[in-house]
Amino acid sequence: MPEWEPVIGLEIHVELQTKTKMFCSCALSFGDPPNTHTCPVCLAHPGALPVVNKRAVEFATRIALALDCTVQPRNVFHRKNYFYPDLPKAYQISQFDEPLAVEGSFSYWVGDEQHTCRINRVHMEEDAAKLVHAGESGRIAGSEYSVVDFNRGGTPLVEIVTEPDIGSPAAAREFLNQLRATVMELGVSDCNMEEGRVRWDANISVRPAGSTELGVRTELKNMNSFRFLQQALESEIPRQVGVLEAGGRIEQETLHFDPETGTTSPLRSKEEAHDYRYFPEPDLVPLVMDPAWIEEVRAALPELPAARTQRFMLQYGLSRYDAFLLGESGPLARFYEQVVAVGVDPKAAANWTMGEYLAYTNEAGIDPGQGFVTAERLAALVKLVTGGAVSFSAAKDVFRFMLEEHAEPADLVEKHGLGQISDQTALAQLVADLVAASPEEVAAYRAGKEQLIGFFVGQVMKTTSGRANPKLVNELVRAALTA
Amino acid sequence: MSGLDPLRLTAVEAKRLLVEGETSATELTKTYLDQIAAHEGDVHAFIQLCGEEAARYAARIDQEATAVRGALAGLPTAIKDNMVTEGVVTTAGSRILQNYTPVYTATAVRKLFDQHIVMLGRTNLDEFAMGSSTENSAFQVTRNPWDLATVPGGSSGGTAAAVAAGEALWGLGSDTGGSIRQPASLCGIVGMKPTYGAVSRYGLIAFASSLDQIGPLTRSVADCALLLRHIAGYDECDSTSVRLPFEVEVPTADRLDGLRFGVPVEYLAEGVEPGVRARFEETLRLIEELGGRCQEMHLSHTEYALAAYYIIAPAEASANLARFDGVRYGYRAAGAEDLLEMYERTRGEGFGPEVKRRIMIGTYALSSGYYEAYYGQAQKVRRLVKEDFGAAFQDFDLIVSPTSPTVAFKVGSRTQDPLAMYQSDACTIPVNLAGLPAVSIPCGLSDGLPVGFQIIGRAFSENLVLRAAHAVEGAVGFDTAPTFRDSSAGVGSIGPGGLCAQDAREAVDA
Amino acid sequence: MITEADVRYVARLARLRLEPDELTRMTVELAKILGHIDKIGELDIADVQPMAHVLDVVNVSRADVARASLSRDDALRSAPAVTDGAFRVPRMSQR
Repeated sequence: MPEWEPVIGLEIHVELQTKTKMFCSCALSFGDPPNTHTCPVCLAHPGALPVVNKRAVEFATRIALALDCTVQPRNVFHRKNYFYPDLPKAYQISQFDEPLAVEGSFSYWVGDEQHTCRINRVHMEEDAAKLVHAGESGRIAGSEYSVVDFNRGGTPLVEIVTEPDIGSPAAAREFLNQLRATVMELGVSDCNMEEGRVRWDANISVRPAGSTELGVRTELKNMNSFRFLQQALESEIPRQVGVLEAGGRIEQETLHFDPETGTTSPLRSKEEAHDYRYFPEPDLVPLVMDPAWIEEVRAALPELPAARTQRFMLQYGLSRYDAFLLGESGPLARFYEQVVAVGVDPKAAANWTMGEYLAYTNEAGIDPGQGFVTAERLAALVKLVTGGAVSFSAAKDVFRFMLEEHAEPADLVEKHGLGQISDQTALAQLVADLVAASPEEVAAYRAGKEQLIGFFVGQVMKTTSGRANPKLVNELVRAALTA
Repeated sequence: MSGLDPLRLTAVEAKRLLVEGETSATELTKTYLDQIAAHEGDVHAFIQLCGEEAARYAARIDQEATAVRGALAGLPTAIKDNMVTEGVVTTAGSRILQNYTPVYTATAVRKLFDQHIVMLGRTNLDEFAMGSSTENSAFQVTRNPWDLATVPGGSSGGTAAAVAAGEALWGLGSDTGGSIRQPASLCGIVGMKPTYGAVSRYGLIAFASSLDQIGPLTRSVADCALLLRHIAGYDECDSTSVRLPFEVEVPTADRLDGLRFGVPVEYLAEGVEPGVRARFEETLRLIEELGGRCQEMHLSHTEYALAAYYIIAPAEASANLARFDGVRYGYRAAGAEDLLEMYERTRGEGFGPEVKRRIMIGTYALSSGYYEAYYGQAQKVRRLVKEDFGAAFQDFDLIVSPTSPTVAFKVGSRTQDPLAMYQSDACTIPVNLAGLPAVSIPCGLSDGLPVGFQIIGRAFSENLVLRAAHAVEGAVGFDTAPTFRDSSAGVGSIGPGGLCAQDAREAVDA
Repeated sequence: MITEADVRYVARLARLRLEPDELTRMTVELAKILGHIDKIGELDIADVQPMAHVLDVVNVSRADVARASLSRDDALRSAPAVTDGAFRVPRMSQR
């Protein structure tokens, strides 16, 4: 039996956070009572007409440029026709063969490997309304009726379609994670997954390892977390392999992910094959993209996570892992750089930012940069550690005290008596006393049991209630024992 | 003050009378309401009459100082029932919107309201503006005031008949393939389709988005210009509307010196009735007497224009009418057990046969495997038709033709054969495909029924088109008052011009 | 030639219920109309650019400024069926 390799492509939808909908001036909202943000246009009343949201075009262009796409000189909207209660016009205004942008790529990391996924296209469209199936389980089957809330209908969407360049479920997860971080950095969407601001479908097929031909693919829908995406793919791959190894053929079908079982199953024939009958939207005129304007948008792009990660590695000497973690999110990255700018060793700053500080902001539910622990305060604390004034473990206590007592680090060290003892003379005396009092251990160490260093250092730390500078103690102990 | 003749009064004259205090909005409105009372039982132009509101509003206008009145204050107007008007049931001539009350008002209508027109009522139309006779209305068949046994044309037949019958001073229609011009022609009045984009489509219940335009139906060319001036202009709610590069002028010149008129031979093909051809050629001679030069020319892709239209229009319509699904407004079939049944029965029961036919053709023409052969091909023909006109306008200032190949035909005579009905628009359809402005003015009678003369101009040449139309109108001297006869009242009925023989001939041809 | 099966497929796409006699009649009518429309295929115009927009206008858009929406009452005013402020529709079809 041959080895099989999966071939994965993704279609991602991002809800843009403009102030108004794609084709009308209703405000975007979330969580408001149903049907309180609608108008004749987004309710598709007779005679209503769409008008393009300029900022949505700008936001979509930012995404396209961040993905290194070619923004087409001209793009056109098309009608995609099908009937569904959440689609009031019974067509979606979308883009078909003249989309906003084509042919980009996105580099991302899976562990230590850098991968590149080509982007087939980026286009603009409008979101459907919210359809809720009422009745027992809230699922389609068994519901007695459905209700529609048109508040969301008409929200600007950007669709990103990749080439089938992704080679594993883990890679798909990383791609999506890093793509999302990039889009968030652009300021066009908060990509909040609970609120459905970013959604995706996956296309998956398998082929003999090393082959360049594509197999028949299935489409997976309804995976609304990265974990579910990975699970769905991990369930579908062996299924396809099983079918092929048994001599069968893969049906090109749409599969729905069930989070409870962690598997996918075919959608019922409610989703018959769609004939979308695309044709150019006669109510809208083409968009001709001014090259000078595109360059303005490009110039105004913020530093993206991938570039920032590189820069952190070079500029601060961080490992790729650390640079990646710190560089991924704008607020955290900016906070980190502020800490360093105060005049702190970048690696120490990195450890503290990724460690204590990030844990604190996550738990407190705040963004980096908010709260009492400002960059200056954290920097002050880090300096105390790197300067030897306080030990690492004592500093963790100081951090905690900062949150509880809202006082400056230096003051807290003094108040709680956490200063590190670095007085060489005093420590040397302690070491000497200890060595004198532990002849057996000394003999054992000199006979080869090098791990007994730990005993001596530990004893000194105990005597000093943990306040001795452990590095210095270590040196002094070694010196005393080899003497 | 008596002496207001609704069969001859123009808006320009009515305005003058109002401004000079020789009549009042109340008297004016009453004149038309009385005419409606006298003739509506025969004509059936209105789906909904707003007589009480009209009278009340007219009274209010009379109380306002002249200085604060709108430019069209007090002028009694008919509105085709496919332009949404807030709070007023708007049906599009369809059962599916039979009880639909819009929550907003079409821009063109709002602009007229802003000028204080008096809306007399909502006029009949072919359902969703699909048709050339008004017989496709779900509610009633409108009759042509020139011969009540005949159709007023369509789809704006209700407005045309109302204006012709003196039941309204003037009115709005919409034109997708000739639906203003052809009824104007059949009813002996003036009708104009502006350049595509000149008038906002916001609030016009869409039939074919790339072809539809709202336009005036009036007794005179000057009235047409006046009404057009107040509905035209850029609207931010319609991405396909444009700022006019000019102000619409009410024409006054009566000569045509130096103007070159092209006569496309393709528009004078076999289907044109001898009487229509005769009136048309007489009008060409009048043009020459006025100093214009007429010359035959070619619009070589004309024969394919009809086919292209009957792909593009239904295709766009199939999508535009998909929103009528029973979910958010309008008719919903009762007792449907699931969504599919609701959709299919709502639309199956709510739409009439012509609408269904067109939705089917449009859906088919766009469907997988057929798009290139039909829709794609039609879009190419459309470009060629537009280029034909573009080339023609290098050598000519205006292009003229009969508006309709025939005069008004008998009610019921073409309903069995959709193709026969489609032929009514052979001379008007290419103009919509090219997005050009065109006006129809009456140029005489044939067999006692009006003949229409069409003048087509370059894009945004409304002023030139109206100027020429005004001059020709003056020379023709057509009396727009209809006869209200009814040729179906027996073969032996007597009428002017030896109608008996002609009735018999028509009965055979039907 | 368009068949009844074609017509049934298209009617389903368009969500139009056609009674059996309508289906038969529609097939005949559509065949006739398509017969005439088909003449458009006579033209050899492969190199002609299709024209989707008759106007020479591009780049019409609006600023991203919110305007008042309809009140909920107005939004639901014409609704055939309402539940809890939302438009109610029958359950999804099982076929």
